Amino acid sequence: MTDTFRVISPGPLTTIQDAGRTAFQHMGVPVSGVLDRYAAHVANCLVGNPAGSAVLEATLVGPRLEVLAEADIGVTGAASALTVNGVPTPGWTSVRVRPGDVVDAGAPESGCRSYLAVGGGFDVPLVMGSRATYLGGRIGGLDGRSLAAGDILKRGPARLLDQPRRLPWFPLYGTQVILRAVPGPQDEYFRTALATFFDSPFTVSAQANRMGYRLEGPALIREADAPASIVSEPIVAGNVQVPADGRPIVLLNEQTLGGYAKIATIITPDLFKLAQAKPGDTVRFVAVTVAESAAIARQWAAFFSEIRTLLER
Amino acid sequence: MSGVFYDRPRFRACGDRALLAEYGDGIDLALNRKVHAAANALRRRALAGIEAVIPAYRNLALVYDPLVVSFESLTAAFTALESELEAAELAEPRTVDIPVCYGGQFGPDLSFVAEHHRLTPAEVVEIHSRALYPIYAVGFAPGFCYLGGLDPRLHTPRLPTPRTRVPAGSVGIAEAQTGVYPSDSPGGWRLIGRTPLSLFNPSKADPFLYQAGDRIRFVPISEADYDRLRAAERP
Repeated sequence: MTDTFRVISPGPLTTIQDAGRTAFQHMGVPVSGVLDRYAAHVANCLVGNPAGSAVLEATLVGPRLEVLAEADIGVTGAASALTVNGVPTPGWTSVRVRPGDVVDAGAPESGCRSYLAVGGGFDVPLVMGSRATYLGGRIGGLDGRSLAAGDILKRGPARLLDQPRRLPWFPLYGTQVILRAVPGPQDEYFRTALATFFDSPFTVSAQANRMGYRLEGPALIREADAPASIVSEPIVAGNVQVPADGRPIVLLNEQTLGGYAKIATIITPDLFKLAQAKPGDTVRFVAVTVAESAAIARQWAAFFSEIRTLLER
Repeated sequence: MSGVFYDRPRFRACGDRALLAEYGDGIDLALNRKVHAAANALRRRALAGIEAVIPAYRNLALVYDPLVVSFESLTAAFTALESELEAAELAEPRTVDIPVCYGGQFGPDLSFVAEHHRLTPAEVVEIHSRALYPIYAVGFAPGFCYLGGLDPRLHTPRLPTPRTRVPAGSVGIAEAQTGVYPSDSPGGWRLIGRTPLSLFNPSKADPFLYQAGDRIRFVPISEADYDRLRAAERP
């Protein structure tokens, strides 16, 4: 629709993401989408977008953008040294930008991923029902790739805000993360290792990206009678798979089937904490039941509504 | 690998918003057909709160919204479904023809596969194109089929060093598996031919030619037919 930004520098990995591509998982098309739903939700609420509108997701260093059309933006996620025309600007607020302005999301002081929403949402074609970039399949977003210098980013139709919006709090991303997880689906392979899993700290390794996070820590040894691999089966975000070496890998949104046994599955409301964890950060797991996880999901839905109500008041 | 059937599906929690329903263990065509019959029945019912039905070899995942349905209500729905499935005949699987130009520039490993098994290239094509290959599951990449049914006479080891780029449509063999690459990707399969059809077209409302549970038949075509069909695929 409206040419809104020109990319001056994209940062190491900045992609357009939305709530994800859920309709073709049975055909091997992964969900993709934002990894931190909390930060992306706030960013969209700040600029008056419907939930799930397409935003920029930046890993570590954010993009530098030249503004081409007046717009409201909201930057959330990793606490960044956001500047507009070189002037430090707080995150988790809406910011009015005008043609010629330079927005620089900067490098995070804590956390790993930042989100930039624009009023009207980033306008790229819907591919199989979503605007999310699926890098492995080269679809969605900008021709299935991450942002590059010189790209022009468009936004959809939007009405500028009557007054700025600000969330009266924002999450701090520490270096120690607690993740609630439901044991299984193959917990019986790990009867002894489950205690290790829920009692021990793990460290995020350097092999951590949008596909998954490999964790370092005590080896999770499966029962002697348990097979090393299983017949390939459906994968969901948050599955903690354990290959034969006993080193767990948390799978995120880029895979639909896999053949490794899963000791536990992180609940969806806690995945944002992992998305903001960096190599070297510590992760601990806490067991919850399915019934408890459903109660937490209800609390989170209520919390997300509260955020919208608060910002739209 | 043959399969084991359970008397009734076993349910496993897969986090806060997915349920795995498991019908047995192993890789087995009858077991797999049961999974796809259940997946189709679930899709027809369009239960509230279901976001995705993902079938695999021996189980399927139901991705659900825990604000709308509970794990318990879904297992109850499954139990009701079971009686329906017993009563209804499993539908005969659909057969999808995939034209393939074997050998030459499109099948650089056809002669290797032939020599490896002391067959002629024509015999490899004949054996490969005679079979009906059930699609056990689709995954790994968009539209990538896990096919059964490769004749043991064609089981061939992978390339020692994978190619950095295999063109979309390439038909290959790796050990006991055969399959088609739906998109350009790196890969170590022995390539014996290529289809001119686009197996994955994200710009179409229905981006795929087949689904899990169908059977695939590879139909040999000439290079001239390949060119003609390829031209027709391009808008």
